[in-house]
Amino acid sequence: MLYFLQHYWWMVVSLLGALLVFLMFVQGGQTLLFLTTRNEDEKSILVNTFGHKWELTFTTLVTFGGALFASFPLYYSTSFGGAYWLWITILFLFVIQAVSYEYRGKAGNLLGARTYEMFLFLNGMAGTILLGVAVGTFFTGGEFIMNKNSITEILNPTISYWANSAHGLDAVTIPFNLGMGIVVFLAARTLGTLYVIMQVDSPELVSRCRKQVKITAPAFVAGFLLLLAALFTMTGYSVEPATGIVSPVKFKYFLNMTTLVWPLIILIAGLILVLTGIVKSFTGKSKFSFYATGAGVFLAVWSLLICAAFNNTAFFVSKVDPRMSLTLYNSSSSEFTLKVMAYASLLLPFVAGYIIYVWRALTKSRINQDDLNKPDAHKY
Amino acid sequence: MILASFVDLSRLQFALTAMFHWIFVPLTIGLGVIIAIMETYYLRTGNPFWKRTTKYWMKIFAINFAIGVATGIILEFQFGTNWSNYAWFVGDIFGAPLAIEGILAFFLESTFFAIMFFGWDKVNKNMHLLSTWLVSAGTILSAFWILIANAWMQFPTGMEFNPDTARNEMVDFWAIVTSPVAINKFIHTVTNAFVLGSIVVIGISCWYLLHKREEEFSRRSIKIASVFGLVSLVVLIWTGDGSAYHAGKKQPMKLAAMEGLYKSREGTPLVAIGILNPRKDIRKIKEDSLTYKLEKPYLFNISVPEGLSLLANRKTGTFVPGIEDILKGGYTYTNRNGEEKTAPPVEERMRLGRMAAGALSDYNKARIAGDTLRMKNARAVLEENYDHFGYAYINDPVEVVPNVQLVFYAFRVMVILGGFFLLFFGLTIYLEKKGTIGRTKWYQYLGIACIPLVYICSQAGWIVAEVGRQPWTIQDLLPVSASASGVSSSAVLTTIILFFALFTALLAAETGIMIKVIRKGPEA
Repeated sequence: MLYFLQHYWWMVVSLLGALLVFLMFVQGGQTLLFLTTRNEDEKSILVNTFGHKWELTFTTLVTFGGALFASFPLYYSTSFGGAYWLWITILFLFVIQAVSYEYRGKAGNLLGARTYEMFLFLNGMAGTILLGVAVGTFFTGGEFIMNKNSITEILNPTISYWANSAHGLDAVTIPFNLGMGIVVFLAARTLGTLYVIMQVDSPELVSRCRKQVKITAPAFVAGFLLLLAALFTMTGYSVEPATGIVSPVKFKYFLNMTTLVWPLIILIAGLILVLTGIVKSFTGKSKFSFYATGAGVFLAVWSLLICAAFNNTAFFVSKVDPRMSLTLYNSSSSEFTLKVMAYASLLLPFVAGYIIYVWRALTKSRINQDDLNKPDAHKY
Repeated sequence: MILASFVDLSRLQFALTAMFHWIFVPLTIGLGVIIAIMETYYLRTGNPFWKRTTKYWMKIFAINFAIGVATGIILEFQFGTNWSNYAWFVGDIFGAPLAIEGILAFFLESTFFAIMFFGWDKVNKNMHLLSTWLVSAGTILSAFWILIANAWMQFPTGMEFNPDTARNEMVDFWAIVTSPVAINKFIHTVTNAFVLGSIVVIGISCWYLLHKREEEFSRRSIKIASVFGLVSLVVLIWTGDGSAYHAGKKQPMKLAAMEGLYKSREGTPLVAIGILNPRKDIRKIKEDSLTYKLEKPYLFNISVPEGLSLLANRKTGTFVPGIEDILKGGYTYTNRNGEEKTAPPVEERMRLGRMAAGALSDYNKARIAGDTLRMKNARAVLEENYDHFGYAYINDPVEVVPNVQLVFYAFRVMVILGGFFLLFFGLTIYLEKKGTIGRTKWYQYLGIACIPLVYICSQAGWIVAEVGRQPWTIQDLLPVSASASGVSSSAVLTTIILFFALFTALLAAETGIMIKVIRKGPEA
């Protein structure tokens, strides 16, 4: 039962992670703020377009964090407490986003509209890249030492440390992590641009975004394929469930895909959806292309995250001492907790249901300048 | 060493972010209900006046909501970044309410928030009203789950320690959710938010009355807020009494600190008003015991006879332990399984705690060696002494005494202001009934002055609850010193400076925006 629940929760956490990457189209959209717009009105339209959705992304991030904490507390403890600066920086980049939508257009906002736009832009660029880097560490590991039994060392009970003073910022220097960061950023930007094309009623802005997609989307696809090539040739660590012994395996992630098969099918389905979505965007099917590309990104990320831990794979490898690596088996909550939360997670489809209802109610019509000037509008 | 310890800095960081978070959150929780009531009036009467009123208060809600969300995520991340030992030691229990909060409450808030603000012309009126109520329900529900988690830290029930994983594990979810401490804390905190929201509505309305603007808008807003506020305040005071009662049973040191009570007797009085003697310092109890003994606890005090006995034990003539009594032991307390026990002296608890930690270490060694008998014995010792586990990390008995001055005065500030608000709401309802509220200038000034006071009151409540439980992150099981991450002090100091600068700027921006919005008024 515990074995099942550990895998179930990794599926749920990965699902939330994949959903988060899709919903970061908001962040991607924020990066369009400076180069793509020509005047204040267009900026306003962009801010309001993404302003209707930012909270959903934010909530998904918070829930992703909460679910990870509850189901794999040792990961939360080791990664957050160890890679301190990486996570604090991400945190900072999201805090400045949350206030910017509401404050940007308001009189008396102290810092001026331009500063809040800069906050949104920074969140869109650095926020997506660094979250990607953090996701990358699921495959490349971290410089940590961890020993649960240190809790009995009365004078020094800390159970985990990061082995260098960069405290997680070193993760950025690993090419694979950085590549993951850039690909996540490109995915977000592609989706953000497609969302504008679908949702904004401003011909000039949309035509500029169409040009933009032609650059960003191929870069995203190329980057993603390169990343996959790197991942599939990478050495991962396998864990023996009974003994907990961790050992390196060549082409581990490729083997995970081909052994389990179903993540591979999800990945291929994701890739096909992304490609069709992007190609269709060139021919004008804006609604289809946003949702197809979005679904594709969601599936592809989900399958990769599943492969990070399934098939007895260590999902957070200690580069100092692989024996200290985290696996689904040694880092999860107890069977009881996972079961209680599994009941709570049964409500997720219901939650998804009302989110979809509200999403549809609010995206029925496209956004234009006149909408924002209506007396009833809550303008950002 | 120039820098304070990592633990102290992390505490400072947590206090800073939590208190900052609590500036905005109670207002949104309180306003959420008030807005929903107003919109219900709108739907019932069809009077556009109510729509305009609702929309104005929604604007105030939105400004505070965004920054509440922003500061909330910091708290969640900090459990991992700064308190990583804690995150592992109790993550099995503490993480679950957090995850459920995300799934059940946050999505509700953020999804229907979109309809509440952008959906006026996109959904029908009923759906819009439902959304407003759902957002309000979401804010209350998220408070519920996070307070369950907080209450569990103060009274860790429904759990067992698992030596194999070296952490605490949940064994009874309902015991955690329905723990009397949790229910009381939830109601106390949420009604506090209701009172705060009500007073802010009254205060802002008073400003309009003072400037002879928006009389109808202001008077009707005041009417709703004062009735809602008064009812909430009555519940707030009732659960406040419950909080003190629970502290007396489960966290006696907190109650002793709240009272500045050092040496107690049967029929313990309650200090109504008092000034502590700053020279009475428990840390001197050993090194200079004669001077310590000569120092009186209060420079001045007016006490209610039998007051504390009644509050903590519901019975006159009973004994409520003071700080010295707790250090010496011998009083009764309720342990985490709900059993009444006689407390050993703190020094003894330190010894028993070390025995428990030693037994755990022994258990691990025996497990590696495959020695089942030794494992069994070690486990028995561990289980027998687990109630004192956290005391293993205490080096000197006086470490278990929180900052008495801070807790004592914060408690009085909270209680006195709470009593004052009771009079204030009564007065508001009286003047409103009499119809003179629009002409009574001194009342209007008073209403505006109540805004900062209610924030002070609310923050003081958190100081009592959180400083009062020091040094424990988990009562008796894990002190702050054993909860922290292995990061350097300078890293935390840098983070504090960064957050402090950001928060100061954001608070200034928030205040600036609020002032502009209030000046502009509901007509816009």
